[in-house]
Amino acid sequence: MAMEAAEIERLIKQGLPDADVSIRDLAGDGNHYAATVTCESFRGKSRVQQHQMVYAALQGQMGGILHALALQTNVPE
Amino acid sequence: MSIHDFIDSQVKSNDVVVFMKGTPQFPMCGFSGQVAQILNHLGVDYKGINVLDSDEMRTGIKEYTNWPTIPQIFVKGEFIGGCDIVREMFQAGELQTLLEEKGVPVMGKATA
Repeated sequence: MAMEAAEIERLIKQGLPDADVSIRDLAGDGNHYAATVTCESFRGKSRVQQHQMVYAALQGQMGGILHALALQTNVPE
Repeated sequence: MSIHDFIDSQVKSNDVVVFMKGTPQFPMCGFSGQVAQILNHLGVDYKGINVLDSDEMRTGIKEYTNWPTIPQIFVKGEFIGGCDIVREMFQAGELQTLLEEKGVPVMGKATA
């Protein structure tokens, strides 16, 4: 089981409409990605909360079919 | 004792707890290994709990924190995050500050 980068980006944007998302495929196996998500709605939230917002957008895929997503969350300058 | 109560007691009775795959000496996953490396580098004593020992623990910890992946790091009972967050905090020096603020001894690398 694996996920396509475009699918990850679509899910995150669907859950966080104002997010800017960039995905890097780390291993080419559909299982190891790095994602940078910049979003106004992260402002004032802790890193844990920001990451939980992204995981919620991924609707439970995280830790399941998506084994590894190295996540970097930012607030727009 | 329920798995939730066990986890609760562990995170509240140890300064630093890492729910990980494998043990501090033999991490079984790259992400768990990275966290062990960072804590070892800082000279922080921590309790490693191997989630591979029990499926109940492996799912229980994810429910306890509403966090989908392993490893998971706690300092003085507070959930800090997973590998990404701990690495990001370490690189920014925030992890060292947090540990000091919480009164967790940080030996750090003895510089020659």
